[in-house]
Amino acid sequence: MKRFLKIYLDKPELAGLALLIVLLVVFQVKSNGVLLSFENVRGVMGLLPEMALVAIGVTILMICGEFDLSVGSVFALMPMSMAVMLNAGVPFTGAVLLGLLVCAVIGFINGYVTLQFAIPSFITTLGMLFIARSLTIVISGGFPPLLPADLPTWLFTDYIWQGALFRMSFLWFVGIAALAAAMLSLTNFGNWIRATGGFNEAAASMGIPVKRVKIVCFMLCSVLAGFAGLLQVLRLGSPLPSIGEGLELQAVAAAVIGGTALAGGIGTVFGAIIGTLLIRTIDNGLVLSRVDANWFKFAIGVLTMFAVIANAWMGKISRKIKVEAHK
Amino acid sequence: MTTPVIECRNLQKWYSGVHALKNVNLTIHPGETVGLVGDNGAGKSTLIKILSGVHHQDSGEVLIEGRKVDLRSPKDAMRHGLETIYQYNSMVPTMSIARNLFIGREPMKWSFFGVGLMDQKRMRAESVQAIADVDLHLRSPDALVGELSGGQRQGVAIARAMHFKSKVLILDEPTNHLSVKETDKVIGFVRGLKAQGLTGIFISHNMQHVFQSCDRIVAMARGEIVFDKPTSETSIDEVHALL
Repeated sequence: MKRFLKIYLDKPELAGLALLIVLLVVFQVKSNGVLLSFENVRGVMGLLPEMALVAIGVTILMICGEFDLSVGSVFALMPMSMAVMLNAGVPFTGAVLLGLLVCAVIGFINGYVTLQFAIPSFITTLGMLFIARSLTIVISGGFPPLLPADLPTWLFTDYIWQGALFRMSFLWFVGIAALAAAMLSLTNFGNWIRATGGFNEAAASMGIPVKRVKIVCFMLCSVLAGFAGLLQVLRLGSPLPSIGEGLELQAVAAAVIGGTALAGGIGTVFGAIIGTLLIRTIDNGLVLSRVDANWFKFAIGVLTMFAVIANAWMGKISRKIKVEAHK
Repeated sequence: MTTPVIECRNLQKWYSGVHALKNVNLTIHPGETVGLVGDNGAGKSTLIKILSGVHHQDSGEVLIEGRKVDLRSPKDAMRHGLETIYQYNSMVPTMSIARNLFIGREPMKWSFFGVGLMDQKRMRAESVQAIADVDLHLRSPDALVGELSGGQRQGVAIARAMHFKSKVLILDEPTNHLSVKETDKVIGFVRGLKAQGLTGIFISHNMQHVFQSCDRIVAMARGEIVFDKPTSETSIDEVHALL
C-alpha cells in the first residue's frame, strides 16, 4: 500500500488526472450533461491538439532547463508565412516545409543567443515573442491573406470520417505525442535532455553536448508551435495575425500543472497533455455552467499555483515514506 | 619500472594573465593512490581540469600509458580511461541510478547517427552489478539518485567509473559537504581502489582524509609541485609546515 502511495506521489501528472476526473464530473452535473455530449466533446477535441502540441514542445524544453515565451508568436508566424508563400505561388508542401523551417530557424536563434551570450532564455524568447509577432503582421501587410480553397485539409483538420468525433489533427497529435514520449523515455537523447535539465554541470562533465541538446529542444519547441498554428489556421480557414496571443503562458501553465518542474529535469509528455486537458475543460466547463467566462483566467491562475504547491508537497511526503519503509 | 599510467610533462596554464600552472611535472604509476593537497589557488583544480579534459594546457604534454594524448573534452578523457568525480557529484538527482550510470554512454539497441533506443534492460541489470561490485547495497536501480545520501552518491559515481573500466579515478574533493559517517564511507571506497587495480588521485583540503587513504602525497603551492613523498615517509605536520 505504502509503495503504491509513493509511486502515486512521485507522479504529479496522476494527481492532475484525478483532478481532471473530478472536474469532469462537476462540470458534467453543472452543465446538465452538455459537457460530455458528443457535440461538445467534438468541439473541444478540435481545439485540443493545437494547444497540446505547443504544451508538449514547451514541456520538453522546460525539462531540458530552458523556457520559451515566443511559442504564441511562432504559432501565428508559421501559418502566416505559409499563406504569403501560397499567394506567391509556392505549392502547399513547399510552403509548409518552408514555414516549418522558419520555425526551426527561430528556435535555433532562441537557443543560440541564449547559450552564446549566457542570458536567461526567458529574456531571449520574450524578445522573440515581439519579433515574431511583428514579423507576422508585417508580412501579412495588415490584411490577412486569403487561403486557396483547395488546401489538403483532409490531411490535417477534416473529421476523420463524416460525423466522426475526432479530426485528423487529433491523429497528428496522438502520433507526435507518442513519438515525443518515446523520445524522452526510451532514447539516449531523452536521457541527455533530462540530464542537461536536471544538472547541467554533471551532464557536461559526463561528456553530454549540453548546448547542442538545448538548441535541438529549442528548435523542436518552435517547430511544434508552428505546426500547431498551421492546424489552427487550416481549421479556421484564415491566417489571422493575432492568433496564439497568450498561448505561451497557457502552455507553460499546462506544463506546470502537468508536473513539469520550472528548474528542469522533471516532466512528462503525458503531464503536458493532462495539463492542457485541464485548462480546456475548465474553459469549456465554465462556459457551459453559465459562469461568467472572465473567470477562466482566474481559475487557471489558481490551478497553476495550486499545482506547483501540491507537487512540492507530494514530493516531500514521498521522500518521507521512503525513510519509513527503510526502518 | 612499469610504464607510468599518467605522465605530465612541463604543463603550463595561464588564466587571463594569472600563471596557474608553472612547469608541472608529475608521474603516476598504475595502482598508486595519490593524495593531491594544497591551498585554494595552488593549481590543483587546474591540473585536474586538464586531466579530465575540461581545460586544455597552454603548453606541455600529457601521456597516458606512455602515449601522448590530446584531451580536448571530458569525453576524450573518459575514452582514455580517466574518470573524474567532482565534489558536487557528477550525478543528476532527478534521474534513476540506472540512467545516471550510463549518461552519455548508454548501451543501445539500435541507433542512427548516435541517437536511438537505449537497452534499458541491460542498463538495469548492469547497474545492479556495478553497484554490488563496490559493496554498496541499494534497493533498486530505479531509485532516484536524489533520494540517496551524499556518501551513497559518491559510491554510485565510483561504481560508474569502475563499470566503464577506467584506469584512473580522479576524485575532486569528494568528501566536501559530507557527514563524518559518509566521509568514512568515501574514504573506504578510495582505499578499495587499489584492490580493484585502479589508480586514484584524491584531491582534498583535509589532510586527515588524504593521509588515511593515499600512499603518496603530492602538495602544490602557487602553481608548482612543492612536495612529493610516500605517505609512510612523511607526516601531516611536515606537509602543513610547507603550505
